[in-house]
Amino acid sequence: MEDTIAAISTSLGVGAISIIRVSGNESIDIVNKIFKGKNLKEVESHTINYGHIINNDLIVDEVLVSIMKAPKTFTKEDIVEINCHGGIATTKKVLELLLNNGCRLAEPGEFTKRAFLNGRIDLVEAEGIMDLIESKTEKSRQLAINQVDGKVSNLIKNLRREIIEILANIEVNIDYPEYEDIEVLTNEKIIPKINMIEDKIKHIIKESENGKLIKNGINTAIIGKPNVGKSSILNRLLNYEKAIVTDIAGTTRDIVEGEISIDGIILNIIDTAGIRKTDDIVEKIGVEKSINLIKEADLVLYVLNNNEAFDETDSELISKLKDKNHIIIINKNDLDDVLDRSKIDSNNVISINTVNEDSIDVLKDKIKEMFNFEKLETEDLTYLTNARSLSILNKCLSSIEDVKRGINDNMPIDLVGIDIKNIWNLLGEIIGETYQEELIDQLFSQFCLGK
Amino acid sequence: MDYEIIVVGGGHAGCEAALASARMKHKTLLVTSNIKNIADMPCNPSIGGSAKGIVVREIDALGGEMGINADKSLIQIKMLNYKKGSAVQALRAQADKITYPKEMLNTLNNQENLTILEAMVEDLIVEDNKVKGIVLEDGKKIISQAVILTTGTYLKADIMVGDTRRREGPHGEKPSMHLSDNLNKLGFKIIRLKTGTPQRIDKKTVDFSKMQLELGDNIYHTFSFDYPPKYKIEEQVPCHLIYTNAKTHQIIKDNLNKASMYGGLDDVTGVGPRYCPSIEDKIVRFADKERHQLFLEPESLYYDDLYLQGFSTSMPHDVQEEMVHSLSGLENAKILKYAYAIEYDAIMPTQLKQSLETKIIENLFTAGQINGTSGYEEAAGQGLIAGINACLKLEGKEPLILKRNESYIGVLIDDLVTKGVRDPYRLLTSRAEYRLLLRHDNADLRLREYGYQVGLIDDKRYEKFKEKQKDIKELTELLKNNKITPTKETLKYLEEINTTPIKDGMTLYNFLKRHEITMDHIKHFIDVPYSEEVIQQVIIQNKYEGYIDKEIKEANKMLALEEKKIPEDIDYNKVRNLASEARQKLNEIRPTSIGQAIRISGVNPADISILSIYLKKEYANDRK
Repeated sequence: MEDTIAAISTSLGVGAISIIRVSGNESIDIVNKIFKGKNLKEVESHTINYGHIINNDLIVDEVLVSIMKAPKTFTKEDIVEINCHGGIATTKKVLELLLNNGCRLAEPGEFTKRAFLNGRIDLVEAEGIMDLIESKTEKSRQLAINQVDGKVSNLIKNLRREIIEILANIEVNIDYPEYEDIEVLTNEKIIPKINMIEDKIKHIIKESENGKLIKNGINTAIIGKPNVGKSSILNRLLNYEKAIVTDIAGTTRDIVEGEISIDGIILNIIDTAGIRKTDDIVEKIGVEKSINLIKEADLVLYVLNNNEAFDETDSELISKLKDKNHIIIINKNDLDDVLDRSKIDSNNVISINTVNEDSIDVLKDKIKEMFNFEKLETEDLTYLTNARSLSILNKCLSSIEDVKRGINDNMPIDLVGIDIKNIWNLLGEIIGETYQEELIDQLFSQFCLGK
Repeated sequence: MDYEIIVVGGGHAGCEAALASARMKHKTLLVTSNIKNIADMPCNPSIGGSAKGIVVREIDALGGEMGINADKSLIQIKMLNYKKGSAVQALRAQADKITYPKEMLNTLNNQENLTILEAMVEDLIVEDNKVKGIVLEDGKKIISQAVILTTGTYLKADIMVGDTRRREGPHGEKPSMHLSDNLNKLGFKIIRLKTGTPQRIDKKTVDFSKMQLELGDNIYHTFSFDYPPKYKIEEQVPCHLIYTNAKTHQIIKDNLNKASMYGGLDDVTGVGPRYCPSIEDKIVRFADKERHQLFLEPESLYYDDLYLQGFSTSMPHDVQEEMVHSLSGLENAKILKYAYAIEYDAIMPTQLKQSLETKIIENLFTAGQINGTSGYEEAAGQGLIAGINACLKLEGKEPLILKRNESYIGVLIDDLVTKGVRDPYRLLTSRAEYRLLLRHDNADLRLREYGYQVGLIDDKRYEKFKEKQKDIKELTELLKNNKITPTKETLKYLEEINTTPIKDGMTLYNFLKRHEITMDHIKHFIDVPYSEEVIQQVIIQNKYEGYIDKEIKEANKMLALEEKKIPEDIDYNKVRNLASEARQKLNEIRPTSIGQAIRISGVNPADISILSIYLKKEYANDRK
């Protein structure tokens, strides 16, 4: 009845192939859920299988999957190894999918620990492992302490406080049913509270996705017709606070070509070459290519020329930006207004001119506002980008679904409470608090009871 | 050898321990300081309540006496949380304070292998860390193979009212003066706890017209699984509900410094229970509450005392008079007994094994308030387990250790020995992780087998239980093997009863899962020739299946960890890399399994990893 565990078992390096190892009873089942190719439940043991890791039918990566059935494996449990070749972001995405589908993130040294406990390796090796676990755990414990500080963990603590008030109320109704002047919590009264908790968790997930962008960089596309001033904007951004442009070699699959840091925020500029080239040789960028860029970007800067008419191409491309983080930049506002601004269907419009040095601040502020930079502090970001925390938050959302289903099915409140308690425990896992007495303490401090 | 097993104390723990021991055919002596106080109810006149009521059912399932005795003496009974889920339903009865002890004494007197002695125990005979008997106040020694201490609040008890403290137990009884010191000398850590009890009011002086009536249920209930009800619904005695008011609160505020706990006495060290604060505590801590609920509960059909639940206090008598008379309906009430607080010695229960045998003295068991608990039911549950395990020990058998996923008694004992106590421990449903598995209705399905195995359930009761088990299985299969199909008649019937039509065939079992479907609807399709009890059980298992499965899955994870045993002789000083707090806690509590070790506060997952590896390394050859 051990959990099925997963972890990236190769060190994360740019361009390297990485392996994700999964061990435990359910490992083949879980991988099979996110694998497109042969049915892994039916393949022979110790085989390598070609296919794709998918997320809701979208291909995440092209992979080779090794299936090794117990007992002839390192841990003596069923092991699946996924060979990814999509770089850091993709590997993390695959791990996240595994965690969302029922794996638990392995503790440091846990595969080796299982190998030992299941009798796979001998005593001499074990000595080393103990030290390993000790030191690594100490490191992760330190890390955990760092994670507990910061606004996000406070958010989680507040959420837990709200949940425990609900729980204590349910409990007190059960343990002290004769107390008529204590509010009797009902399913109906829980619904708004649960909705509010759901909103807050979704908000944290969204913030954390923003956080991930901040840490890994925001893939930014600068798009617009020739001669609207794309390269001037790029150059202004580059000059700003001595930002650096680097060309990362050997990342042929990557579309990132330039990196700009603004106040510690990294913008990965997509297709910088394209911008320069087109301005040089006045080659028209195809609409189709622009649409592709929009798809790949986290942020789109769409540049218009104030001195030029708004046309069909603009209107078509801007219509693709609705569900994207985007900024419409009206450049050259020092020239005559030829552009009909009323035709721009967007709320994120700014007006600048690259001749004026301060003008670029407007753009910078807009970007900061868009990604909530003000609200997030650096220490939160490490925390938020942690795949484990994110997968726990997603589990919370699925428990919230269970709560709602229970309420819908008219289940008694104490059963609905089981799932609410689960959310509370899950949130506790994130910040490392699972103190059971907490509930009982709450019970007696929140309500007046006694003989 | 005078006796095989001696039980010291005749309260609820002692009675169960003595009966279990005698019924398991061991020559047993029950020593009590006063035979009149056997199975006494010195505080509230009720048995059961949330979680506690389920403990009584568990005692009955195992072959203990409390349920049967409560059924013989109840004067009102209610199913609590009737409108909530079946996981949290529990019985609560008003038990007659004359009848309950009388019936229990009667049972004890008629029990083979059991002798009752009236005497005060002051010391134990211990040789080579093994108990050999007891020493009475007059120096007389009685020899035995095992001793079970169930001394309740009588160890160095002090009764406190206002600024007076007197060394006496409930009813002004003499406490045991030396036993706790002697236990301390043997190496036990002694803690001091406190509890209290409210006033008793003369029924004849109460104006009931100003109070809200609280009646018993109008359907029959019993704690016992085996015997029919012994009361009549219409003869149940009511309780009454009243509230404190602004005047009451003012009197308390004005006199706060006179209460023992608020300065009346400056030497109060006992820690009182969080769940049962005195009325002055409530008014101080919940200052914004305008009123507090109080109940007047009848103590007996044979005398006039009413128990004023919720009004426990350590104020002096004159203030208590004023307080009581401020209550609506009690303006002219006569106080028959004043409220008091009681301080007493207990042992830190982390010094016990899960069998309730002490770790330092072999064959010495403790149960009840001496282990830091409060409540008649908690005491009885422990007494029963201590009694059973003392017998099993003498028989050279493995102890009976109930798990957290199979009983509240298991939760209670595991909490005590793993976490210790800070204040008197009361069972609450929220202490159980798997309470949907620990229901009122399935206590027999969980525990009767154990009761039969140890010999406390006879063949007749066991066969009846097996019959019920068989019926539950049959009915479940019947529902799973029969389908309804979307025929014209069926669809018409579904429309009549306002449920969604079916498109394909559906088993009756899945059909029953629908919220609005009851067994009466099922009976439209097939015969259901089973008892109401069996039908109820199948319905609960059916309707809550998803939740039950979820809890079983969680429980199985816990059980896998319980299976990883830690040898008794482990030397934690030899386990390298353990954090020092973990090392100290593990040394103190000496958990028997990895599962138990995880529940100790201060032991981290990293420590558990290190411990698991150490065990594998050191004990690899001993394990299967």
